[in-house]
Amino acid sequence: MDTSPPEPRLSALYQELILDHYRRPRNKGMLEHPTHAVSLNNPLCGDEIDLQLLVQDAVIRDVRFVGRGCSISQASASMMTQLLKEKSVPQALVLAGRISAMMQGDAAAATDKSLGELRALAGVSKFPVRIKCALLPWNALSDALKSSA
Amino acid sequence: MLDAARLRADFPLLQRQEHGRRLVYLDNAATTQKPQAVLDAILDYYRTTNANVHRGAYGLAIRATEAYEAARERVARFLNAWAPEGVVFTRGTTEAINLVAGAYGRANLRQGDMVVVTAMDHHSNLVPWQILCQEKGAVLRMVEITEDGRIDLSDYGQALERRPKIVAFPYVSNSLGTVNPAGQLIRLAHAVGAVVVVDGAQSTPHLRVDVQALDCDFYACSGHKMLGPMGSGALVAKPALLEAMPPYHGGGEMISKVWDDHSTYNKIPHKFEAGTPNVEGAVGLAAAIDYLERIGLEQIAEHEQALAKAAIERLSQIDGVVVYGPRGHRAGVVSFTYGDVHPHDIATILDQDGICIRAGHHCTQPLMRRLNVAATARASFYLYNSLEEVEALATSLVKAGALFGYVPA
Repeated sequence: MDTSPPEPRLSALYQELILDHYRRPRNKGMLEHPTHAVSLNNPLCGDEIDLQLLVQDAVIRDVRFVGRGCSISQASASMMTQLLKEKSVPQALVLAGRISAMMQGDAAAATDKSLGELRALAGVSKFPVRIKCALLPWNALSDALKSSA
Repeated sequence: MLDAARLRADFPLLQRQEHGRRLVYLDNAATTQKPQAVLDAILDYYRTTNANVHRGAYGLAIRATEAYEAARERVARFLNAWAPEGVVFTRGTTEAINLVAGAYGRANLRQGDMVVVTAMDHHSNLVPWQILCQEKGAVLRMVEITEDGRIDLSDYGQALERRPKIVAFPYVSNSLGTVNPAGQLIRLAHAVGAVVVVDGAQSTPHLRVDVQALDCDFYACSGHKMLGPMGSGALVAKPALLEAMPPYHGGGEMISKVWDDHSTYNKIPHKFEAGTPNVEGAVGLAAAIDYLERIGLEQIAEHEQALAKAAIERLSQIDGVVVYGPRGHRAGVVSFTYGDVHPHDIATILDQDGICIRAGHHCTQPLMRRLNVAATARASFYLYNSLEEVEALATSLVKAGALFGYVPA
């Protein structure tokens, strides 16, 4: 039987932190009075997210999500909600841009402290078909902030 | 069982490595690899025979037409079609079913009529009927499945009591591997006067199919799932039904005479083959059928069933793995989940070991809802797969589990 250790790219992809967010998602649930809500799915793989935001004075006061999908999409959503609280809308959109850059392999973005725990997702850039998983919640965020102000 | 190692040598792509590992291709329900004989047939067609068919007055065009029509006869013989003119070449199963819905359905379905489908149908045998029923104000009735993934015959009987005009179902389920009792389902549907459409995408490559013995009305299949080229496939139908149907697509080749404001149409099957057809596809498909017949469909079915049985036994030994679908007779398709390891994560991890499986809803979202899963991982086998590959699948799956904190079995 093949008992060789998993290859380094896989270990980098499935870090403890990612599995922890996958199994114990933060800010999971629905807001009572969201100002922004959006549902997004990836028709290719069926990953789904419902994202809700409470924005007051252009600041994200609260954010929740309900989702179904792989470890990458769900961990990305969970970590995103933690990072977004008390961020201004422009700040949030900048972060979405940094995540996107990190997925394209941008080394500076991958070490950008403003991304906090989300830097654990840097390994996804080595798995091109999984980038859409990591970006699903961020695309939902962009849609939500653009749809209704 | 077949000598998979020997057959594998016929497939150039299977000689390649993936991530430095021997390629283990287990996504045959999605598409199959092509033997050298099929690649040669396509190349040979373009090197020696290529011209537009059915219109040239020169020798080359006549030979191209002969090659195309010989391919039609090959498909007709392979499936025991009612007649070669009952074989319409299409891009595949999806286009064949859309042709039936768009031409037969639009001409014959009325408001309030019923179309019956099943909860295990692929989207390609569901969405065309949804579109048709919405257009006509007809009722779409979905027959339920049993817990072990077979068509619920009592629900099927209840649906037939409403005397549907069209009944559509898959011969073999692409998600579960269920082999449906097609002959029985067709007899029951005919008894209430329905026309029966069989989705043969997953049966044609893997079982001996005789459409006259089945006595269905329409049978759809894809060449690329049976070693043939992508974009090849056929609708096999009772000629009288095709004769009575209006055309599907308009254009060249399908006409008899064209006036300023109307046209008369060509004979079947040409009435349904507007435009320049996929001649290379037809020629490649005929070569694929020759290859399959040399091995024998019965032998192929037996081989795949042995692989599926071994896979189910082996995977079931891994703590946390759930295998879906019937335990008994089934085709070489094994859908499973593994604890809370999402199927996409499983597929990514297996890929690093050179193992190709499918993860997702397999174009069967209504079925996934009934199984109460968002997605499954699916291994599907063909004649070039071996028991060693089943073992490689299980070994790699244990590794995936270990990455997610499961204790290896």
